[in-house]
Amino acid sequence: MSAQFNILWLQSGGCGGCTMSLLCAEGPDLITTFDSAGIRMLWHPGLSEETGSEALAVFERVRSGELRLDALCVEGSLLRGPNGTGRFHVLAGTGRPTIEWVRELSALAEHVVAVGTCAAYGGVTAAGNNPADACGLQYDGRREGGALGAQFRSRSGLPVINVAGCPTHPNWVTETLMLLAAGLLGAQDLDAYRRPRFYADHLVHHGCPRNEYYEFKASAEKLSDLGCMMEHLGCLGTQAHADCNTRSWNGEGSCTRGGYACINCTAPEFEEPGHAFLDTPKVAGIPVGLPTDMPKAWFIALSSLAKAATPERLRRNAVSDHLVVPPTVRDIKRR
Amino acid sequence: MSEAQGSAGDGVTRLIVGPFNRVEGDLEVRLDIANGAVAQAHVSSPLFRGFERILEGRDPMDALVIAPRICGICSVSQSQAAALALAGLQGLEPTRNGRIATNLIVATENVADHLTHFHLFFMPDFARAAYAGRPWFAKAEAHFKAGRGTSARRLLEARATLLHVLGLLAGRWPHTLAIQPGGVTKRAESRDKVRLLATLGAVRAVLEDQLFGAKLEQVAALAGRAELDAWRARGPDGDFRLFLEIAADLDLAHQGRAYDRFLSYGAYPAQEGALYPAGVHVAGETGVFDPADIAEDHTFSRMEERAHPHHPFQGSTVPDGADETGYTWCKAPRLSGLPFETGALARQVIEGQPLIRDLVAWAGGNVFSRVIARLVESARTLIAMEAWVRALEPEGSWCAQGQMPVRGRFAGLTEAARGALGHWVEVEGGKISRYQIIAPTTWNFSPRDAAGVPGPLEAALVGAIVHRDEPTPLSVQHIVRSFDPCMVCTVH
Repeated sequence: MSAQFNILWLQSGGCGGCTMSLLCAEGPDLITTFDSAGIRMLWHPGLSEETGSEALAVFERVRSGELRLDALCVEGSLLRGPNGTGRFHVLAGTGRPTIEWVRELSALAEHVVAVGTCAAYGGVTAAGNNPADACGLQYDGRREGGALGAQFRSRSGLPVINVAGCPTHPNWVTETLMLLAAGLLGAQDLDAYRRPRFYADHLVHHGCPRNEYYEFKASAEKLSDLGCMMEHLGCLGTQAHADCNTRSWNGEGSCTRGGYACINCTAPEFEEPGHAFLDTPKVAGIPVGLPTDMPKAWFIALSSLAKAATPERLRRNAVSDHLVVPPTVRDIKRR
Repeated sequence: MSEAQGSAGDGVTRLIVGPFNRVEGDLEVRLDIANGAVAQAHVSSPLFRGFERILEGRDPMDALVIAPRICGICSVSQSQAAALALAGLQGLEPTRNGRIATNLIVATENVADHLTHFHLFFMPDFARAAYAGRPWFAKAEAHFKAGRGTSARRLLEARATLLHVLGLLAGRWPHTLAIQPGGVTKRAESRDKVRLLATLGAVRAVLEDQLFGAKLEQVAALAGRAELDAWRARGPDGDFRLFLEIAADLDLAHQGRAYDRFLSYGAYPAQEGALYPAGVHVAGETGVFDPADIAEDHTFSRMEERAHPHHPFQGSTVPDGADETGYTWCKAPRLSGLPFETGALARQVIEGQPLIRDLVAWAGGNVFSRVIARLVESARTLIAMEAWVRALEPEGSWCAQGQMPVRGRFAGLTEAARGALGHWVEVEGGKISRYQIIAPTTWNFSPRDAAGVPGPLEAALVGAIVHRDEPTPLSVQHIVRSFDPCMVCTVH
C-alpha cells in the first residue's frame, strides 16, 4: 500500500447529489476522513481550486502517467445520445463528450468506482423514454454492458465497483474508498450487482422502526400514518439492499423514519417500478413483491395469521400520525 | 481544448473557459476579449438529461420522486415546487404544521446552500496564488484555501450538523419524499422540537463565532452601506469582515452588473404572507409579478419550436442535436419579454431589507451585493427557522389528503437558494401530459433571445477585466460564481 491514494472525480448525467451527500460525512468530517486514510483528491468538479485549463492540466498529468490514478470516481449516468454521439454532455472546455473522457481515463485507473445509481446502472436519468440515452458505467439497467462494456476490468482486475444509491450515503463512499486504499476490497466483497457487500448485504428492513407493525401486518393507509408501508404505500424495504436503518442518515434519519416508503434506490431500474412509486401493486390482495427469501405460501399464511393476531394498540396506531395507544407498562416482577 | 485561444478578428481574442468548476454541474463560457476586457460573452450549459420528458406519461404523484432528482443541491426546493403544483391540481391546502415544516425543510437546504457557496465555492478564489501580494491574502489563504482552509473545514462540519434538521424532519437529504401536497409525512414531537433548536443553536454559534463575529440579529438589522463601511473599519472580526476588506480592495461592487431587473416568486408562505414576498424590482421600484408574463425563447437553445416564445403551459422540450445556431441546452426565459436576475439579492431587495435596498440603489446587482445578500439572508432565515420550530404543534395534524383530478393544470412556484423555481404541470387522463420547469439559473444563465438580448450573466460579464496571459480570468470567475449557479437545474 502506497502512502497516497489518488482520486479523480468526474460528473456527468446526474444531479450532483452524491457529492452533496458526501459532504455530509460526520465523525469525522470528509476532509479529515480522507486525510487520515491518505486519500488525495487530484480534482473534483465541486471542490478543487483548479478551473478550466488548470483542471485539464491535471487530466493531462494523469494521461501522461505522471500522476498515478488509484481510483476514477464517476458520478452521474453516461450519456450516449443523441444518436450515439454522446453530445448531450460535452465536457466543458474540451469539445469532447464526457463518455469518451470516462472511457479513456477508466483504462488508466487502478479502480473505477461508480458513485450513485446513475453512474452504476443509469438511474433516474434513464427513466421514462430515456431522452439522453443514459446508461451506467458497466450496466444498462439490469443488463451488463453500459459505457465501458461487460468485459471491462480496471488495472486492478476488478470490474466497476457500484456504490449504488440515490443518493449514496456519505459513508458508503468513504468506506469503499478507504477499503480500496487499504487494499481490503476484492471481487468477493461485491454482491451480484457489484455493490460493496458491507452495506448491500443488509436490507433496509433491518432496523426499521416500523418492524413491529410489519410483524403484525398493521399497515399505514396514507402517508404520515405510523404503520408498515409495505402493504399499501409501495415500501420495498424488505427487498432493498442497504443498511439505511442501521446506519442512519443526517443524524437520525432514513426514508422509513421520515415517514415515506423505501423505493429501493440502490437497485438497477428502481426508477421504473412499473407502477406509481407510492402504491403497492397487489394480486388478490397480496402484494406482488414479497420480502426477500420469503416463500410465497408462508408469507400468505403468516400474514393472515398475523393480521388475526394484531394487537389493538398496533391496529390503532398504524393508521394515526401519532401514538394513540402506548405499549403497556408491566410490572416486570409479575409473570 | 480548453481556452482555445484564437483570434476572432479586429483585435478580438476568443477564450473558451471550461470545465468551470466550483459551480454545481458543468459550465462553459465563451469570451470575446478586446482591449483587456470582455466584449461579449456566450454562456453554455453543456449537459442535457430531459427530465421534463421523463416526467411525461407518469402518475402525477411520481413527480415527487423524479423532480427532486433534477438536482442534488436544490433537491427539496424541487420537491416543494412539485408538491405545490400537485396541491393546486387537487385544490388542496397543506396543514398548518405541514406548511411550517416544509418551510423549515426548504430553509435548511437554502441556508446550507448559501453557506456552502460562500465557504467552498466562492471564497477559495481569493486564496489563489495570483492574489499573494494583497494585504488580506494570508488570512484568505489560511481560512479558505480549497480543501484545507480552516473556515471551510469548520463550515463543512456545521453544514453537516445543520442538515440534521432534515434527518429529523425529512428522513434524509438530498432526495426526500417528506414534502407532500397536503403537508409532510413526518410529525415532529416536542422532543424533536428541542432537538431541532439544539441543532440550529449549534449552527448559529459557528456563524456568530467564525463568520460574523456578531449576533445574527445584528447582521439581519444592517440598514445601510455606511454600516458596512464601519464594520470593515472596526469589526467585529470574522470572515464577513475579511470579505468586506477583499471586496473593497478589489472593488467587487463594480464588477458583474447585469440589468438590475430582479424577480422573486416568493419564499416561505405563511398565513400572514410569505417571509420574502413575490414581486419584481426594476429601476428602484418594486412591483407585482404576474406568471402569465413568462415565456421561454428557443432561438439560441438547441431546442425545436424556435418560431416564437412559449408560456410554459404551451412549452416543449424537444432537443435538436443538429441545431448549429443554438449554443446551449438552456432555454431563454423572459418576463414581459425581458431577462431578469433572480436569487437572494432579488428576494431581499424585493422584500425591502434596508441594507440590500441601499446597495442596489448604489451600484445595482454585482459580485459584492449578491454575496452580501446571501449572507444577510442566511442570518435572517436562521432566525425565522428558530421561530418556526417553536410554532410547530405536535398534537395538530400534519398531512392533509386529497384526490388527484383526471385532468387539470397548475404551476408550483417557489424560491430555491438560487432564486425563482417553477414547475408547470398539466394532467390529462390521470397522467402527466406536460411538465415544464424553469429553474433559477435558467433565468440567470439564459442565452440570447430572438432579439439578440443576452441573458443576465452574459450581460454581467461584459467589461470584466482580463489581464494578459490569464487563461481563466479571475474577474470572470468572481462574476460567474457570484450568481451561485446550479447547472444541473438550469437545463434539467
